[in-house]
Amino acid sequence: MSFPWANDYKPTNPLMQWVDQRLPLPRFVYNAVGAGYPVPRNLNYMWNFGILAGFALVLQIVTGVVLAMHYAANDKVAFDSVEHIMRDVNWGWMLRYAHANGASMFFIVVYTHIFRGFFYSSYKAPREMIWLLGVVIFLLMMATAFMGYVLPWGQMSFWGAKVITGLFSAIPLVGPPLQEWLLGGFAPDNAALNRFFSLHFLLPFVILGVIILHVWALHIPGSSNPTGVEVKQESDTVPFHPYYTAKDGFGLGIFLMLYCALVFFAPNLLGHPDNYIPANPLSTPAHIVPEWYFWPFYAILRAFTSDFMFIPAKLMGVLAMFSAILVWFFLPWLDTSPVRSGHYRPMFRKFFYLLVVDVLVLGYCGGAPAAEPFVMISQIASMYYFLHFLVILPIVSSIETPQPLPFSITEAVLGKDESATLSPATPAIA
Amino acid sequence: MVRLFGPLVGLFFAVALLWSFGNGAYNAVTQPTPPTAEALFHMHPKEVKFSFDSAFGTFDKAQLQRGFKVYQEVCSNCHSLKQVAFRDLGQLGYKEAEVKAIAKNWGNKAQTFDPKTGDRGERANLPSDHFPPVYYAGQGVPPDLSLIAKARHGGAQYIHSLLTGYTDQVGYKNEAGEELLKKFPDAKTPDGLYFNPYFANLNLAMPAPLASDGQVTYSDGTQATVDQMAMDVSAFLTWTAEPKLDKRKQTGWPVLGFLLAATVLAYLAKRNVWADKH
Repeated sequence: MSFPWANDYKPTNPLMQWVDQRLPLPRFVYNAVGAGYPVPRNLNYMWNFGILAGFALVLQIVTGVVLAMHYAANDKVAFDSVEHIMRDVNWGWMLRYAHANGASMFFIVVYTHIFRGFFYSSYKAPREMIWLLGVVIFLLMMATAFMGYVLPWGQMSFWGAKVITGLFSAIPLVGPPLQEWLLGGFAPDNAALNRFFSLHFLLPFVILGVIILHVWALHIPGSSNPTGVEVKQESDTVPFHPYYTAKDGFGLGIFLMLYCALVFFAPNLLGHPDNYIPANPLSTPAHIVPEWYFWPFYAILRAFTSDFMFIPAKLMGVLAMFSAILVWFFLPWLDTSPVRSGHYRPMFRKFFYLLVVDVLVLGYCGGAPAAEPFVMISQIASMYYFLHFLVILPIVSSIETPQPLPFSITEAVLGKDESATLSPATPAIA
Repeated sequence: MVRLFGPLVGLFFAVALLWSFGNGAYNAVTQPTPPTAEALFHMHPKEVKFSFDSAFGTFDKAQLQRGFKVYQEVCSNCHSLKQVAFRDLGQLGYKEAEVKAIAKNWGNKAQTFDPKTGDRGERANLPSDHFPPVYYAGQGVPPDLSLIAKARHGGAQYIHSLLTGYTDQVGYKNEAGEELLKKFPDAKTPDGLYFNPYFANLNLAMPAPLASDGQVTYSDGTQATVDQMAMDVSAFLTWTAEPKLDKRKQTGWPVLGFLLAATVLAYLAKRNVWADKH
């Protein structure tokens, strides 16, 4: 679907005409990210992060495929093969640092993208499917990143794999055999390393497939926008190209500068020193911590320290950690306010900022040692996390009085226009 | 359905967390965990400056050569360096002939195995060989030092502090003026271990390796104080862990310069494109 005023693809180049008649791929691209896709004219820079996430994925695939040409997935040599890449492969150090920091940048961008969705309620009808697919992408990303971190076969790789697969052993009855089945052994070993490598290579392409669905679903209703008011007329939109390609180009420049500053000047800033120690099953690190992007969820996992109504604390932690993400699937039905944008929802906005602080606190506690006061802080913060999504959002959306919305996107950008006065009876909340 | 079960699930987790919190708070009050000796007496590395610290900093090759000498004469008796090859020493400014001579004269020989006769033997090292493994029969497991600077919080500063941080445990006080053995009489260093407040659990199996000034004779005339040797070998081990550090930073600046220019152009292009839409 597209708006009736969308530009039609009319190639002038005879070669493109020839291709278009036989395989309308150029037309497809033109309608997806070219001048054929009308986009609200008022998108702010928070709308850059979808493209940036796609760019980060391509970056990871390109660097990853080349790294895989030099890496050896065998527990005897994996660690040394990574050092071989760092020392003897031409530009290998750059590829590896680009890939490791690329994962961090990917998560920074995706977290921003997700929180953009929270603030502007991008998950609301008719865009629920985009949101659901997005959560699937995030889950796949987490699995991919986790398995990628195991590949260098350092201390944190090994112990991280042991802890995370150990989560499955908390499941009643089938847990321990399930963990053995996942690992191909009783502890992370060559079998685990090999299957993690195989899946780490496969999953990014699965992510790519789901991204195509995500973007496809996006093109049905079209992009949302900071006012949350739907597109009503042609003056509300601009063609994606050149307007948003230009804006995304600038955003990409900023992204690349931050990324390259990390890669070239602080490549190990976000990593853990222990992963430069070869994996040793007989020596447990003092503090086992995952990569920074898992810290909020790790804090939720560790917040459950007491058994609760016959449910072991470990199982509670695992249930809560997975629920912390699964709850996002239900967001479109938990937040029932007819107004989308946080700009017009004063009460919602306060809780949104509280959630941002809450997740940052959870992240800090997840990276800290499992000791007081961090455990108690993460218990309070986890409590708010669940209450926010499951209790506060439904209540806020029913009791809040939203501020008046602009009549149209054009009005929001240019002030009251003449066409708006023609329909004074239109209610503020469409 | 979602609006019915959602709040119930939320309350379920909240109550479980409250229960954990309450138990934790009760335990914290009734049985407070006493601070450990490590928590109170473990020291952060000393703030020392290295030539490669800043974004513009590079290795000082003379220092790396001195540090290599410290490794060769002191550390290499117990610690291997298996990720590094003799040929890599060319990066420290040694000529090809010097690298050959270092490899050939290296005390630990390369191991050989003849698959036809099954004979094992040894030969002199070649520049293409990695540093040979070191077998250590004493107490403790000396770690391979190739990556040690990246495998420890604090990197070069930590190595320097550890090497110069050995001190007498009797009468040792921390910055708050608390005396270790008065506060924790059980924390006495066990026999065969050595006290060092810069080590995570305060006691390690390695005796102070740099014991006296002049332990190594530098060929460039630098005075080999314990502090100087510690600085030099810390710099050398930073090089073994990150041999591409200089190249990385040298590549980074043009890349950032290009990106800055490209981003400014992209911004101007964006302004130009949007000029009629605001």
